[in-house]
Amino acid sequence: MTDVTAGTTTYRQALHDGLRDALAGDERVFLLGEDVGRYGGSFGVSRGLLDEFGPERIRDTPLSESAFMGAGIGAALGGMLPIVEVMTVNFSLLALDQIVNTAASLSHMSGGQFHVPLVVRMTTGGGRQLAAQHSHSLEGWYAHVPGLRVLAPATMDDARWMLAGALRDPDPVVIFEHGSLYAMEGPPPGPGPVDLDHAAVRRAGTDVSLIASSQAVHVALAAADALAEEGVSAEVLDLRVLRPLDTEAIAATVGRTHRAVVVDEGWRSVGLSAEVSARITEHAFYELDAPVARVCTAEVPLPYAKHLEDAALPQPRRVVAAVHAMGLGG
Amino acid sequence: MTAAPDGVGLLRAMLRIRRLEERCIELYSAGEIRGFLHVYIGEEAVAVGVMQALTPEDDVVGTYREHGHALARGIPARAILAEMLGRQEGCSHGRGGSMHLFDAGTRFFGGNAIVGGGLPLAVGLALAARMRGERRVTACFFGEGAIAEGEFHEALNLAALWRLPVLFVCENNQYAMGTALERSESQTDLVLKASSYEVPAWSVDGMDVEAVAAAAAEQAAMVRGGGGPCFLEARTYRFRAHSMYDPDLYRSKEEIARWTARDPLALQTAVLREEGALDDAGLAAMEADVAAEMDDAVAFARAGTLEPVEDLERFVLTEVPAA
Ligand SMILES: Cc1ncc(C[n+]2csc(CCOP(=O)(O)OP(=O)(O)O)c2C)c(N)n1
Repeated sequence: MTDVTAGTTTYRQALHDGLRDALAGDERVFLLGEDVGRYGGSFGVSRGLLDEFGPERIRDTPLSESAFMGAGIGAALGGMLPIVEVMTVNFSLLALDQIVNTAASLSHMSGGQFHVPLVVRMTTGGGRQLAAQHSHSLEGWYAHVPGLRVLAPATMDDARWMLAGALRDPDPVVIFEHGSLYAMEGPPPGPGPVDLDHAAVRRAGTDVSLIASSQAVHVALAAADALAEEGVSAEVLDLRVLRPLDTEAIAATVGRTHRAVVVDEGWRSVGLSAEVSARITEHAFYELDAPVARVCTAEVPLPYAKHLEDAALPQPRRVVAAVHAMGLGG
Repeated sequence: MTAAPDGVGLLRAMLRIRRLEERCIELYSAGEIRGFLHVYIGEEAVAVGVMQALTPEDDVVGTYREHGHALARGIPARAILAEMLGRQEGCSHGRGGSMHLFDAGTRFFGGNAIVGGGLPLAVGLALAARMRGERRVTACFFGEGAIAEGEFHEALNLAALWRLPVLFVCENNQYAMGTALERSESQTDLVLKASSYEVPAWSVDGMDVEAVAAAAAEQAAMVRGGGGPCFLEARTYRFRAHSMYDPDLYRSKEEIARWTARDPLALQTAVLREEGALDDAGLAAMEADVAAEMDDAVAFARAGTLEPVEDLERFVLTEVPAA
């Protein structure tokens, strides 16, 4: 165990500790992906693990997302517990066929004879001026697919412990790590485990629910701070698990506040925010005092220039404005 | 065809890339350039040598390490730096940044940060040229890392099968981020790999700009003559880390020193001195000239304007001018 027990740690370190624990705890676990070994992981999460666990278990792959994802699936079928790292969700599209048509489908197609206990980790999100081919938030695409569990750790605890739960899941799990969160500092995570089924209220409130996941949770929390100064009490619900969505928690928060703003770094059209909004309509319609509002990324491939990127991504002030538009505060 | 390359011109073209990128590193350290920055320092001879073999009608497909490709192709340093500073005067309107330089005027089709993604694109450009009866060649740059991607194999097969005019230029700088070629390929002879698709292929010393220019000229002539695609492997090295984020923990100092001793600019300078084509004064004048060009480009980029935020959602779809 490498838990930090005092001071602060980072989201990156929490992920690293979770990974190290998983490798130390079960011989079947191994990590494979581009530059996970000698380079240390493109975002530094696996740095040092090659020295500790060796090249069999910290396995650098060639640039061949489809092939190494497929190999991960095969290894999972063969009794191993592979963790496949894809550098970013943008590049995972080269592996989409394997993830969707094989990993997610195999159990069902085989009438339950085969299971794919695979964990896929990938970076997502914008905010770092990396432009369109490195910045997108496509979690919703994965959350669309039956056969997958989709996780989005936004906190130190989730970064530290979601992996352990994912490895216990007999089916494929995709974990999205937000690029802007790696450097986030905070108190060290508590003892695990964390559950992989439920959303979590990160801040309680009575006037409006801000429903978010991943980095957008932090946008929502900042908005809630600003709203509090105006006397508006916002509840922040962190979805955590994007598939299966915790409909009960969504309905429950709306039942408490009667207003909802969905904050999502994906695009609005046909996205995760649309799904959350629809669940509210289906399950909490009569609780609503105002139409559900959404704050999403502008419908553009993300631009490089900082002022345009900022304008494209959900920002606390846009969330505050959405709440004002509901007739609260302002 | 362009005129036979003149040695001094080749050096000058390489020097412009080197000095441009040194400015980029400074601007990055100062926080004026953001995002990922991948410099080409050490590899200049490849872009410069290959570009000699192209005409303005030809197409060029670059990678995300494309500042050198872009500058050698003729995109002004001003437009490149303005792009990196996120200004609307940049060659991609400030929306692309370092990894996504584009320029229709010089037929420069990116600036692609999906490794291997440019190869099928090049096949398509070449197919279009053929179907339209145009004699263009499409030059496609990619790293040796891209050879592991399916796109490489699919693109080579198609280009060869349909005998399309593509000049595939593999910049073999030995590493894909931290992964050395022998750790990513079972067969490290890239020429052999390309040959298996019935594509004429050979290697060239990528530190020797005249050798690259000669090889590229020969291949471009074959491609232009209707012989189908060619594959040129340029053996080179990047002197700097993969990107500004890379701590460069996977290469030895000795290895780096071995390659920097073969700096393409120094090699070409020595050749020119030997030939008597360049002396100290000539070199100093060239340096001063290039420095002035880069000063001007930095000033231009800094003075550039930011696109109004109201225009954020522009360019997503083609803008049809009002009738
Ligand atoms: C499809 C895809 N996978 C992974 C990456 C991340 N990545 C960016 S550059 C790079 C290395 C590419 O090496 P190579 O093709 O040899 O080019 P070089 O950087 O050496 O010029 C990687 C893995 C990417 N951009 N695209």
